[in-house]
Amino acid sequence: MINFAANTTYTLPILVHAAIPLTIILVYALVAIWGERKIAGFIQDRLGPMNVGGWHGWAQSIADLLKLLQKEDIVPNNASRFLYKFAPFMMFAASYAAFAVIPFSSSYIGSNINIGVFYLLAVTSLLTLSIIMAAWASNNKWSLLGGMRSAAQMVSYEVPTIATVLTVIIVAGSLNLMTITEMQAGNDTLGFLPNWLIFQNPFLIVAFIIFFISILAEAHRVPFDLPESESELVAGYQTEYSGLRWAMFMLAEYADMLLLSLLGSVLFFGGWNSPFGEFMAGPVWGFFWFMLKGLLLVFVMMWIRWTLPRYRVDQLMHICWGILIPLSFINLVLVALWEVIF
Amino acid sequence: MTINMGPQHPSTHGVLRLELDLDGEVIKNTRPNIGYLHRCFEKYAEKMDDYSKVVPYTDRMDYVSAMNQEHGYVIAVERMLELEVPERVEYIRVILAELQRIASHLLGIGTFGLDLGAFTPFLYCFTEREKILDIFERTSGARLLYNYFAIGGLIKDVHPDFKKDTAEFTKTLRPVIKELNDLLSTNQIFIKRTANIGVLPEKVALNYGASGPVLRGSGVEWDLRKNDPYSIYDRFEFDIPTGMGEVGTIGDCWDRYIVRVREMEQSLRIIEQALDSMPDEGDVTEAVPKRIRPKEGELYARTETPRGELGYYIISDKSASPYRVKARAPSFVHLGLLPAISKGALIADMVAIVGSIDIVLGEVDR
Repeated sequence: MINFAANTTYTLPILVHAAIPLTIILVYALVAIWGERKIAGFIQDRLGPMNVGGWHGWAQSIADLLKLLQKEDIVPNNASRFLYKFAPFMMFAASYAAFAVIPFSSSYIGSNINIGVFYLLAVTSLLTLSIIMAAWASNNKWSLLGGMRSAAQMVSYEVPTIATVLTVIIVAGSLNLMTITEMQAGNDTLGFLPNWLIFQNPFLIVAFIIFFISILAEAHRVPFDLPESESELVAGYQTEYSGLRWAMFMLAEYADMLLLSLLGSVLFFGGWNSPFGEFMAGPVWGFFWFMLKGLLLVFVMMWIRWTLPRYRVDQLMHICWGILIPLSFINLVLVALWEVIF
Repeated sequence: MTINMGPQHPSTHGVLRLELDLDGEVIKNTRPNIGYLHRCFEKYAEKMDDYSKVVPYTDRMDYVSAMNQEHGYVIAVERMLELEVPERVEYIRVILAELQRIASHLLGIGTFGLDLGAFTPFLYCFTEREKILDIFERTSGARLLYNYFAIGGLIKDVHPDFKKDTAEFTKTLRPVIKELNDLLSTNQIFIKRTANIGVLPEKVALNYGASGPVLRGSGVEWDLRKNDPYSIYDRFEFDIPTGMGEVGTIGDCWDRYIVRVREMEQSLRIIEQALDSMPDEGDVTEAVPKRIRPKEGELYARTETPRGELGYYIISDKSASPYRVKARAPSFVHLGLLPAISKGALIADMVAIVGSIDIVLGEVDR
């Protein structure tokens, strides 16, 4: 078994550090797009892609990607050309950059900075900016409506997301994602549950539920997929985009989904820790467990997408400001009290 | 801001163009623009050299419930001719019309869910609709536009397994309706999106001349199969579901939706009764006249299609071709309701309202 030295973090060249998360994202995106179609097919009593590549259409997303690469790159008249062309890449860059602080395994993290959570949340805020950029630059009314919705939605849902993340930070006492993961090793005092944060106290379960609902909204997944709600706004901010630029949007969306799921697995499910204590632990198994936990959350997101209808924009805001934000702050206070008392 | 919703928009159900005056996302004014699918049905009907040659054109009016369109037209001409139709033909026609009603409602419900972002119920509905289309295909040879009803009978007899297939289908549909209710009708998000949205008060509905599920959704118990029975509908027992405002106000989108779901169950009841008492033997083409020359005069015949009252107003001048055929299409009337019930709604509600009215543009533009 390959055993990386424990402290390779700063010894690997920067380009390799940049390439590893990129590879993970690209492979994941191909698998996830195919997987999403398979899951949709499974839920809807049909087969999904079956032909491309032989076995269960595994090469479908590669074929789709090749098709998208050949498409004409259309820029509408009167569009703000620079912003229009730049927005998709900025969006992808935003979610990609956030992967730098994700601890993929006990011996690999892009950058082990001590304000990891803060950095991650700050960088992903750029997503909002790039969506508004795309929407405004397209010079299309549907895009504009999508962009405005998205701005309102993402800015609002960042509040409960951050409040729940704070809840975890109060318990963990660190902003470093590596440290947060390391302290979740082993089993709890009773010995049958892993020492993950979600099992630490009941308020963290509530925090996880709020967190999960918020990341659904942050990642634009049903029932909160209003920015691109295809039956209302045609395709929202993506309406005018085609070919590779559109593919970049999709890639960024999927990357964002994985990023937030991985964040959830670090904060609540022990990151790369094995659920069986010392059994199947180690750097390589760690990567396996970490991705498995993240992908499970991604799977739940897909499952929800193919089951539920979509909220309306005012109901969405009501859920955020009327329910999630008060709940998450009450939860935050209660966790703080719990930590003081116990 | 004025925005064009359609004619190329995912949820305008065809080629409807809605001009919306918006304030933010709130709709101040709606102007439906139609005519993108105009095919001169009425003019064509005048130019046909035979009454029976109009039947294929009626198919193309409301292409998702072609059997009902044909039914309305052949009934109108038969009344002009004072023609007696064999018993067996009537039964087959009723069964096919009710199957078509279910197919059309399945499509309407499915696309309504789709408009609200629920993709999966749409495919469940389509799976069931597919079974009906299979029955139709074996019966008439076509899956969408059948040209199967002839004046005075049918083009040909049904296929030998028709009774068995239909009985089997009635058994498989009921669990699916239950599943649909679990997945969509009682879904909290769905209810939030449809309850109290696009409320159509009883009085407005009557004033605008609404009919079918749209009128029944507003709480009016009006169904031509009961109130003005045609064919052999007076022999069957069935209820008229109406909107009761269970989750919101009477006449909201949810009421119109649930009326369709419940009507499917009633249609199943009719089909089962018809299957029980349908005569097995009989020539379905025996009453088909060789020459169709109605007496001079005019006639209005109306039938209940899945979308409401479909009326054919036919004037005959004793020649072989109709002097005038006017179709009163329910979708066209319902489209007129849009400005009245969409004021103050959001764009997302507009999608729900259009979906709950369940228009077919082929019928609107003719």
